[in-house]
Amino acid sequence: MRRARLLPYLLVAPSMAFLAALFLFPLVQTISLAFHADGRWSLGKFATMADDLDFGDAVGNTFKLVMIVVPAQLILALAMALMLPHLRRGRDLVLWVWSIPLGVSDLAAGLVWLAILTDRGYLNTILFKLGIIAAPTAWLTYETPFALFAAIIVAEMWRATAIVFLILVAGVQLVPKEFAEAAEIFGASPWQRLTRVTLPLLKPSIQTALILRTVLAFEMFAMVITLGGRNFPVLVSEAFNWQDTNQDYGVAAAYATLVMAVSLAATAFYLIVMRVRPEDRS
Amino acid sequence: MAAIVIDRVRKSFGSTNALEEVSLEVHDGEFVALLGPSGCGKTTLLRIVAGLETQTSGHIRIGDRDVSNLPPRARKLAMVFQNYAVFPHMTVRQNVGFGLRMAGEPAARIDRQVERASALMHIEPYLHRYPAQLSGGQRQRVAVARALAVEPSVLLMDEPLSNLDALLRLEMRAELKAILAEAGTTTLYVTHDQTEAMGLADRIAVLQAGRVVQVGPPLVIYREPRTMFVGGFVGSPPMNFLRVRASGGTVALGGARFAVPGGGDRALLLGIRPEDLTIGDAAEGVPFALRVLEPLGSHVLLTGDVEGQQLRVMAPPEIVARAGDILHLRPVAERIRWMSAPEGIALA
Amino acid sequence: MRALRRGIFTTGVAALCAWTLIPIYLVALSAIGGESVVNAWPKPFWPTQLSLATLGTFMNLSGVWPATWQSAQVALLCMLLSIVLGLPAGYALARFAFAGSNLYRLLILLTRAFPVGILALPLTVTFIRIGLYDTALGVALVHTALALPFAILVSSSLFIGIPREIEEAAWVFGCSRLSAFFRVVLPLATPGIAAIAIFAFVISWNEVFAAAVLTVRHRTLTAFLLSVLSESPLHVQFAGGLLLVVPSVLFIFLVRRYLFAIWGITNR
Repeated sequence: MRRARLLPYLLVAPSMAFLAALFLFPLVQTISLAFHADGRWSLGKFATMADDLDFGDAVGNTFKLVMIVVPAQLILALAMALMLPHLRRGRDLVLWVWSIPLGVSDLAAGLVWLAILTDRGYLNTILFKLGIIAAPTAWLTYETPFALFAAIIVAEMWRATAIVFLILVAGVQLVPKEFAEAAEIFGASPWQRLTRVTLPLLKPSIQTALILRTVLAFEMFAMVITLGGRNFPVLVSEAFNWQDTNQDYGVAAAYATLVMAVSLAATAFYLIVMRVRPEDRS
Repeated sequence: MAAIVIDRVRKSFGSTNALEEVSLEVHDGEFVALLGPSGCGKTTLLRIVAGLETQTSGHIRIGDRDVSNLPPRARKLAMVFQNYAVFPHMTVRQNVGFGLRMAGEPAARIDRQVERASALMHIEPYLHRYPAQLSGGQRQRVAVARALAVEPSVLLMDEPLSNLDALLRLEMRAELKAILAEAGTTTLYVTHDQTEAMGLADRIAVLQAGRVVQVGPPLVIYREPRTMFVGGFVGSPPMNFLRVRASGGTVALGGARFAVPGGGDRALLLGIRPEDLTIGDAAEGVPFALRVLEPLGSHVLLTGDVEGQQLRVMAPPEIVARAGDILHLRPVAERIRWMSAPEGIALA
Repeated sequence: MRALRRGIFTTGVAALCAWTLIPIYLVALSAIGGESVVNAWPKPFWPTQLSLATLGTFMNLSGVWPATWQSAQVALLCMLLSIVLGLPAGYALARFAFAGSNLYRLLILLTRAFPVGILALPLTVTFIRIGLYDTALGVALVHTALALPFAILVSSSLFIGIPREIEEAAWVFGCSRLSAFFRVVLPLATPGIAAIAIFAFVISWNEVFAAAVLTVRHRTLTAFLLSVLSESPLHVQFAGGLLLVVPSVLFIFLVRRYLFAIWGITNR
């Protein structure tokens, strides 16, 4: 049809304009804010950020979280995704149950696990009934950093595995059964089938899942605040504090820039290390 | 009813030309088939006539209107698509009446037309059903009914039977021919199946690589192909072409002698259809080394060599022969089609 | 041996289901049980005192109802904007091979490599200046930036799934491009569009950071709960948590089939 040459651009224009205004523009602003101090280009804000008492903890905590949570979730989600096709009945139901956490806000997830892990919470009730503890015990305090860390990990595993799971399930759907069956006929053991056939075919999905999950993991915020308050600083919670409490937009922007840089680096890392050839992609 | 005039239409995609200055006229009430192999441009041409694609240059006239720059809905035509394109979210009745509803026709007329078209295509029992509840063949009927219901001045069809199984295709072909002849609708029909083109069309336009190579009634295309391509594409099995040498205006093959129009000494192609070769005795016969016999019921298909070149012959079913036999063939003289070599263009 | 393996497998599946469901059950218990349950020790695992009255009191607690209403407005706006901006772009990507379409698609994907919510930080200043600070619209705009890439890419594959021939048939039989879109494409795309809309709603409803940064007096539910985290009594927080969880889980349940189809999951 005629006059169709301009049409696609007209259709795409509003979204482009919108994203330019609400994504590109603040992006540039963030970087600009981070690199300005006293009205001129400087690394002053970064210096303030790095000198802050909580900076080291924030960086360390964030990285520790990411490096434990992401691989653990990948393995769990992989197991779940590979279990699903073997279900004969109730697959629909199980799929839905396992993806329920998708709709749970990280704040809500934090509150959910707060109910379990708080002093008079459900975990302590069980431990009490088992005789392991004698009275309400605090796990989420300053004095129990290891327990707090473990709690955050568990809560985050509960909340965000669903995202990785769903991406992997979509990938598993696309792996034809015939490959694994052929391998079985040729004598491959279940472990060999998994590592030599299934996993390589799942590489594109795994890559997508890793990128998405890692970027989201660096953004961890509400969950940590709910369970740990100020006892467990992470990069984004620090950014929030500098903006909201200290009213120093520049340092907040410095934190934001740091998070963005780290996210980009991680994405690039996955793209390079897990190079997926076009023909592997469906 | 209206005539379609395709006037020097050219279509290029970047540096490739899908259509090279095609001109064709479909007369009022005529059924013209666009026949050719995939990639020859026949579907592109049809879509340009429909207005679904824009030509790079040239004009399209329907009736006495130049529709070259008009969108499909302004061209007053109907179309049947290869994959039927019936709307899944509407009932059969709503589908068939769609064109009329869009034209704003009064409800009474819509109902009448829908009933008529549905009766013609034998889909009355399904009027309340949804396409998902119908078979492929039934959906195809709905697509045709939808086109007939608007009583178009021009009907375009893009390989409408190609997704049906063989038996259904045969039935639908006959039905279509009867209905369209009765209605006298000007029709442009795209197909790659030469049997379909032969059976349905008043005239066939054979396309190759974006050009119309020959236009004519089916029998003329069949008997008098203009090029080697047409002879080989139309008719199954295809026309045989033997590379021969004329000296002094005569070609000699075994005991047979053929006079060549225009005489002289040159290389030529002798075109002869498998059914126009009879089996006779050695005198005046072309020696044929038989390699394979395929009994096909109504005839036996013989494949073999004449002077080292492959040839196919349709022999009567009672023939007695074995692989390795030498048979002697006599072509029906009036059916020989002489062509220049190596271009493969028919001599006058 | 087979039966044992099967048994382990089924137990594993059941355990994972329980692991997902039990925490939600427990927070619901705490929320509906009210103050007495929250402070009880040891905690009862069964609903001993079910009273919606406590939930009612919670709702009347200052700030909760307005916050919920604000969240709803923001989510609805986000949903609308995502659809209005995303569908045309998705259609363009699906139907036209235009110069720059691949670059556009790549840029859209690239936005996911960035923590978009964090961009609310500099936007605070801009919003204050143009009067969008502390408004539902302001938060909705940022949320839309979050949901839009998803809406564009998913609606694109949605439209690709609707055969071009169907639109062409509509054009031949009397429709303009626009009326063909509304009469023929939209009805077929409706389930998918509903799923996109609901997903945009849920993304907005659940978002915490940007909502917290961009509101101060007219807080959304997430921003409100975040701000009262250290001060308010536990049962209030749990009730708030339940209020956050229930709509999202419900909505996702309603569109789960279309959502899974979007993810390319078929259930046989």
